[in-house]
This record gives sequence, structure tokens and C-alpha cells, in this order.
Amino acid sequence: MGLFDRHAGLLDAYRDVRTTGADPFQIRMERVLSPTEAIINGKKCLLVGTNNYFGLTFDPSCMDAAIEAIRAEGTGTTGSRIANGSYSEHVALEREIAEFYGKKHCMVFTTGYQANLGVISTLVGPEDFLLIDADSHASIYDACKQTQAEVVRFKHNDPASLDARLRRLKDRDEGDKPGNRLVVLEGIYSMLGDSAPLEEFIAVCKKHGAYVLIDEAHSLGALGEHGRGLCEAAGVLDDCHFIVGTFSKTLGAIGGYCVSNDPDFDILRVTTRAYMFTASLPPSIVASVRQSLRVVKERGPQLRKQLWDNVHTLYDGLVEQGFKLGPEYGPVVGVHLPDRMTAIGFWRAMLDAGIYVNVAVPPATPNGVSLLRCSLCAVHTREQLDHMIEVMTGIGRQMGVLAPKLKVVGSGR
Amino acid sequence: MRTAQNVIVENDDATAILLRRVPTRGEVMAEIVTQLATFRTDDRHVIRGETVIAKDLAIDSLAVMDMVMELEDRFDVSIPMNVVAEIQTVDELANTILKLAARR
Repeated sequence: MGLFDRHAGLLDAYRDVRTTGADPFQIRMERVLSPTEAIINGKKCLLVGTNNYFGLTFDPSCMDAAIEAIRAEGTGTTGSRIANGSYSEHVALEREIAEFYGKKHCMVFTTGYQANLGVISTLVGPEDFLLIDADSHASIYDACKQTQAEVVRFKHNDPASLDARLRRLKDRDEGDKPGNRLVVLEGIYSMLGDSAPLEEFIAVCKKHGAYVLIDEAHSLGALGEHGRGLCEAAGVLDDCHFIVGTFSKTLGAIGGYCVSNDPDFDILRVTTRAYMFTASLPPSIVASVRQSLRVVKERGPQLRKQLWDNVHTLYDGLVEQGFKLGPEYGPVVGVHLPDRMTAIGFWRAMLDAGIYVNVAVPPATPNGVSLLRCSLCAVHTREQLDHMIEVMTGIGRQMGVLAPKLKVVGSGR
Repeated sequence: MRTAQNVIVENDDATAILLRRVPTRGEVMAEIVTQLATFRTDDRHVIRGETVIAKDLAIDSLAVMDMVMELEDRFDVSIPMNVVAEIQTVDELANTILKLAARR
């Protein structure tokens, strides 16, 4: 058997995708112009699939901070913090994120993926139990492969399903099994944009004495009075033992973090391989993230309002035209399409019309659904989104995804 | 007269009864076959004990895990993900459920 034979099924599926004439997994942004526009295939396109929730990638103050940091400290750290030491700015960033959450400790990682991978796989070990939501992000699933704990999966956003699984962690003869229980949740799920029913989950975790880790990757900035995420919006910040997040979405750069009040938290610095054996964030990234965090504190309420206004514009607009969407409003809007090829074809037609979104097809999606995944930005204009709804409606009718109603697009709105 | 509501209640009762005792091998096999029918994407094979779930029935690994969650709730057991990963055949799945149910 050849090395690549086991991927034969995937290769076939991938070939199908490419026969549509465009490859969504190898899209090239020839030039990014702003948080909402780029040149793709020689044409200016509207970006509605970049997780750039506050549009801070082009914020002048964040760009200036990065440029100054490169001039002062160079382009990279060329090593891990364990081997090469930390720069003062790494430590300052960790302090500022800890303060942002009102937690005592923070560890910064080079990517959000590594934050989940490293923290989750290291927090639990032999004899412990890791309980994850069925729709968890790949970084959480990969942590499951690395950990020595027993991993149990519960139904997506279903506190009763978690309750049953925590209850079952007992033996007929020996009673409750020893070992810690760690439950992993996400603030906003990345494919359909739905939020965890966090208060109910916390109640279940308290009942069974389980630790809670919540990944706020897509909810940082978007949820909560100060933008801390779902943990703040649901009023359970103190009950979340570990909060993980990323710098690569709302904060417009790259990197990840985990905050906690646990007094022994810092031991993770010498036990977490995804932290120890990779180069630390370069000075420019640390500087721009520190600045974008300041922007979130200062201009967060306004940016959050703009983001949610845009969420409502797109979500309501698409529902009105008859599209089937994810279950609730969120900065990620997932548009259900009947199958993989329709999704790819729809995606391609949108790109031809100058609108870039993500296409998500099995096995990357829950329950085998095929989706167009749109993510909104605070600086999308009403005109841009109205145009997008119009284009999607046209394509939807053409492809037979929407009923061919003879109605003037945009009327009554 | 039996209304739809009554039928649902009766089904719930049946589940509850099964939970209180260790299920028989026949019950476990029957339920596995029912669940596999929902998740399989290849209908060419008759499901037997030696059927290799992923290969013979063309069920991808995520769908296998989803199916296992349904079985877990039916028999009130939890099958750890690393154990699921090692299960190949219908017989192995049934054995795992029976073993866990006996320890409950």
C-alpha cells in the first residue's frame, strides 16, 4: 500500500470539488486591500469569510505598534520562551490579558490551535476524564489524541447529555471513578455560529465537580459587556476555570492564550509541549495584539454594536429570502445548502460575482451538512451586505436552492 | 385510543426498563442494527457480527462516533473515544456495550 492510498476517498472528493473550476482550499488573495476587500482572480472582491470581527487588521494604531516593534526588537524571537527566554512584551501581554479577564494567570501561545492543543491535553492525564462537545473544533479533537485521559463526547449544546455522561463515570463495585473531570465548551461554534447554553452547562459541571474550560475564539470582542466572550455574557466568568482564546480573529493578528485563577497554573509552562517546543510570538505581533486589546477596551462597545447590526442585517436579509441558516444570530452565519456539490457551486458563483465566503463541507462540518460560512465584520457597510444578499438571492434562484418567487429583490425592506 | 403522544410515552418506558437491567446480547445487536441502518451510506451488505462498520457500511469516523452516542444513551453506558477508535466490527461494538453495562 502506498503512502497516499489511504487518502483515496478524500482525493476523489477533492477532485469533485475542483471540477467546478475553482479550488476553495487553494484560493489566492492576490492583494488584500482592507478588512472587507481583496483582489481575487484579478477582481476586487467583498470579504465575508475572514473572522475579522472588528476589522482591526488595518487599524492604524495596531499597524504602527507592529512597525515600531520591528524597528526596536527585530522580526522574530528565533526560539521558544523556555529556551531563549521571554521578551518583556510577552510578559506584559500576558499581564494585560489576565487583567482583561480579572484572572490571576495567563499563558500566551504562538497560535490559538496550540493553546487548545497544549492546555487541554496537558491539564488531564491518566485516570482523568475529558468531556468534549461533539461539534468541538479540530484543535480540541487533536488535544484528545494527545492526552492520556479517557475522552467522552457529549451531544452538541446538550447539557442533559453531558449530565448523563458525568453521572456514568462510576463503577458498580467501586462507586465514583477517581480522577479529575474537565469539560470543554466553546463560546461560539465556528461552523454554525451558535453559542453554548453556558449557564446550564455550568450548573451540570458544578453538580458533578467538573472543571470547565471554554474556548472564546469566536466570541472574544463579540459577546459580553467588555467583550470577554460568552463567559461574561452569561455571567459565569468566575465559574470558568480556564478560558482559552485567540489573537487571530477579533484582535487581527495571530496567537492564542489561556487564563486561569488556579495558583499552580504556571506549571503548564514547563509541561505543555505546544508551548515549550515552538518559537514564541514575534515582537510585531505582540505589539499589535497589545494595541488591539486596548482598542477593544476603548472602542469595544461601538465596534460590537456595528458588528451585531451587521449580523442582523445579513441574517434577517437571508432568512427573508428563504435561506436556511444556523440556529441563532451570531458573527458567524452558516447558510445550509442541500449537498456538497451545490455548496461548492454556490460558493464558486459568489466568487465570480465578487463575494468571498468560506465553503464548509463534510468531514469538516457537524452532521455531514454543507455550508456557506459567512463571518461578519464591524466595518462591513450596509450597502456591501445588501449587495451580498441580492447576489445570494439571485444565485439561490438560479440554482434552485430558493423557490423561484417572482418578487422584486429588496422590496419591502 | 392510542394517540401519538401515548406511543412516545410507551417508547420512553421501554427505554427506562432496559436501563435498569443488563441488556441481552440480542437486544444490543438489534439496537446496533437499527442505528447502523440510519448512518450507513452503503446498503450492499447484510449487517452481521463480523461486519466491519466503517469499511463495509461506508460510515465515516465522525458518523461512527455520532452513532455510538445514540447507543450510549440507549444502554446508559459511555464508550471512551479511544475505545471507539479501536472497534472495527459489529461484534466488537456489542461486546464493549455488554461489558460496560455489566459494570454499571
